[in-house]
Amino acid sequence: MTGTETVLGAPVERREGREKVTGTARYAAEYDAVGRAQAWPVPAAVARGRVTGVDPSPALTLPGVLAVLTHENAPRLADPQDPTLAVLQSPHVPHRGWFVGLVVGETLEAARAGAAAVRVTYEAEDHDVTLTADHPEAYVPDMANGGFPAVTEHGDPDAAFASSATRLDVEYRVPPLHNHPMEPHTSTARWDGDRLTVHSSSQGTTAVRTELASMFELPEDRITVLAEHVGGGFGSKGTPRADVVLAALAARTTGRPVTVALPRRYLPAVVGHRAPTLHRLRLGADAGGRITSLDHEVTTHTSRVKEFVEQAAVPARVMYAADALRTSHRVAPLDVPTPSWMRAPGECPGMYALESAMDELATDLGIDPVELRIRNEPETEPDSGKPFSSRNLVQCLREGVRRFGWADRDPRPGSRRAGPLLVGSGVAAATYPVLVSPCAASARALPDGDFLVRVNATDIGTGARTVCAQIAADALGVPLDRVRIEVADSGIGFAPMAGGSSGTASWGWSVHEACVRLGGRLAGHSGPLPGEGIVADADTSGTADADSPFARHAFGAHFAEVTVDTVTGEVRVTRLLGVFAAGRILNARTARSQFVGGMTMGLGMALTEDSTVDPAFGDFTECDLASYHVPAHADVADVEAHWVDEEDAHLNPMGSKGIGEIGIVGSAAAVGNAVHHATGIRFRELPLTPHRVLTALLEHEHPAGMLGA
Amino acid sequence: MDTRSAQPHGPSRKVIDAMDSQHEGTAPASPPRSDTTLRVNGKPHTLTVDHRRVLLDLLREDLGLAGAKKGCDHGQCGACTVLVDGRRANSCLLFAVALDGCEITTVEGLAGDGEELHPVQRAFLERDAFQCGYCTPGQICSAIGALAEAAAGHPSHVTDPRTPSGEPVPLDREEIRERLSGNICRCGAYPRIADAVEDVIS
Repeated sequence: MTGTETVLGAPVERREGREKVTGTARYAAEYDAVGRAQAWPVPAAVARGRVTGVDPSPALTLPGVLAVLTHENAPRLADPQDPTLAVLQSPHVPHRGWFVGLVVGETLEAARAGAAAVRVTYEAEDHDVTLTADHPEAYVPDMANGGFPAVTEHGDPDAAFASSATRLDVEYRVPPLHNHPMEPHTSTARWDGDRLTVHSSSQGTTAVRTELASMFELPEDRITVLAEHVGGGFGSKGTPRADVVLAALAARTTGRPVTVALPRRYLPAVVGHRAPTLHRLRLGADAGGRITSLDHEVTTHTSRVKEFVEQAAVPARVMYAADALRTSHRVAPLDVPTPSWMRAPGECPGMYALESAMDELATDLGIDPVELRIRNEPETEPDSGKPFSSRNLVQCLREGVRRFGWADRDPRPGSRRAGPLLVGSGVAAATYPVLVSPCAASARALPDGDFLVRVNATDIGTGARTVCAQIAADALGVPLDRVRIEVADSGIGFAPMAGGSSGTASWGWSVHEACVRLGGRLAGHSGPLPGEGIVADADTSGTADADSPFARHAFGAHFAEVTVDTVTGEVRVTRLLGVFAAGRILNARTARSQFVGGMTMGLGMALTEDSTVDPAFGDFTECDLASYHVPAHADVADVEAHWVDEEDAHLNPMGSKGIGEIGIVGSAAAVGNAVHHATGIRFRELPLTPHRVLTALLEHEHPAGMLGA
Repeated sequence: MDTRSAQPHGPSRKVIDAMDSQHEGTAPASPPRSDTTLRVNGKPHTLTVDHRRVLLDLLREDLGLAGAKKGCDHGQCGACTVLVDGRRANSCLLFAVALDGCEITTVEGLAGDGEELHPVQRAFLERDAFQCGYCTPGQICSAIGALAEAAAGHPSHVTDPRTPSGEPVPLDREEIRERLSGNICRCGAYPRIADAVEDVIS
């Protein structure tokens, strides 16, 4: 068939776009049913301790309150794989904000009033929530998130550092950060006898079903999990969260369909956060700017519920040629909410630190920061020694130099002024690994000439429906409008979540395989199709997860221009330009949106997003969108994403790398490096708020003791 | 964003149950409620409304109009933006009982009969001005409200002070960004949203 060669890669409009702009797309709270009740959780009011008593009576006397669930009366559940899901199972309070109760009401108002009326008493214990680099309980874990070894070492980094001509020894701090997808974590659950159906705002229904089956001790085929539309996740919906367990519990207890929509202010304590990271970077270089020693140490926190170690030193294993290379993680278990995935866990904070340090090294050496990176391109992956399946970081840097106009830059810090504004520009590199998982899919040729593709993908805003349909049309060699697609239903088959920038590769691989098989069957078929059509299934187990002899990563480069207001300390990003090498781009339209979105979240990380663990209360002070500042329209002036053509035969049948996360990796460093260029001041703690910047500007102009003199 | 609530201007209403649980020894059998009439997307609806119910929950729970989204329930994100008597407002901050007689327009009421989309909806589609779609109804309603405000001569924080009072304010990108800053998009579709609004203006 002709005219379909360009389906893959074409800027195809989102299939669900019309539903989203007309308000008919349905999210997890929006499945009404006869008798549906609403539930409101009760968060723990101590940072550590146990519940000694619950008096539900003030709540139960309120009109419309149906039930108060606590550890005293909630059905017992089997131990979950994820201990953060063991809600209402014990009086133990591991951190402030842990749910100790749930009030079910006829209406949202009744449930909310009931939750406020429940009386809970506690026996509080002393808590410790403050992370320090020398925390006495910090230890070296076996693994960091992603299954990476906590420590790697090549050569003798200490000796190499000591003998380096240029030495940089610096520390960076990244605060806790919050995912805050626009749709709070929400589930609607309904029991029909011993069958459970949930609409859950999740990045993957397979994982939700698996966990519910084990906790409620049900065969998986009695549980259906649906996630037709999901209002963002950014990692925080990668696995089930407490909302779905609470909804299923409440529905079972009350015999009613129940919706649990977590209040925004409760999210930071229960859905995971990016753990704070303390970085120490030691870079040694020779006179020619070749890195002789690279040592990246990371200290982070986890909760006492489970160990999660933000793998922030991992990107240093990938980026630069260094004969001596050490990367290490330490983690301190504290009485804090449990950290988890947030967009590009590990790479995002790790590359902020590494790429800031690279900029410092470039300044110390008097080498252009783009050139410094090019000089330290490795032949093979530094940690593993494997060849790269493709690595086009240098092309990204050069393309960015050209598009951004980097050559016109005066490298001297503080060299550009516009009235009260200092103007600067900065660069940083990006990397994100290529991940892919097995998945099931089916493709059916229908008698009416259409094709029905079924894959349990989840569309959290990436355009999964659309790109999977494109992959199918391409593999079948048929026009795109002949392909129908069904996603986001655990009944379709097993599938990995929309996370790790692996969704499209994983779902798409199985869609491709099912369609190729179907094409083969159709070629051998003559005459009209039977009424049910002809179907072909695929399961990429053993293929998609086979070991690769290659190191597979996407790369990119960010270029930022900022202004720094010397009167207010406000930093504004006037331009942010990213160039990415991420294999074949499968939908130019939705891919650009994802890149730009990631870069925008990086802009927030650089300038506005800041969370604090309150030492007295033990939870996050900035717990809502009024106090935790995500970028708004006015913050985002000019963000551009571009990509270089990259052919890589060692990935998957589409030749694609993931694109959902690399946009955030390195963008905060590019902004920070631009602020250094503008001001001559090196900030090593995010975010670059007016308070922090103005204080430093004043100290810079008026060294200690001079101010007010 | 203008978040002032519209003034109630309907007839006096029958209060179903005025007992105040704060001042009674026992809780009432039902919460205070009043009959309230709203015109939503051109159709009148008379409901007996719990005084605690905000417009957002009335739309979503009572009328099945789930287009307006609940992102924060505290007026911090703009996902619930609708038009109240033609002006944009955070529907999570408006008590429904106080809106008797008001004309409410939600995202469901923007498209014409049949397949025809509102120009702002069409521009959002064409520009890929969204990803997850959760903020989108609010962004679209907010953009429509902002265009009307500018046409009516309302200045914003970035409007040139020399702009003649009462004259329509031309909307450049900075104006668009400023005026839509009450609507958060965590997916980061801002540049495309500004493109879409520019398309509608030009």
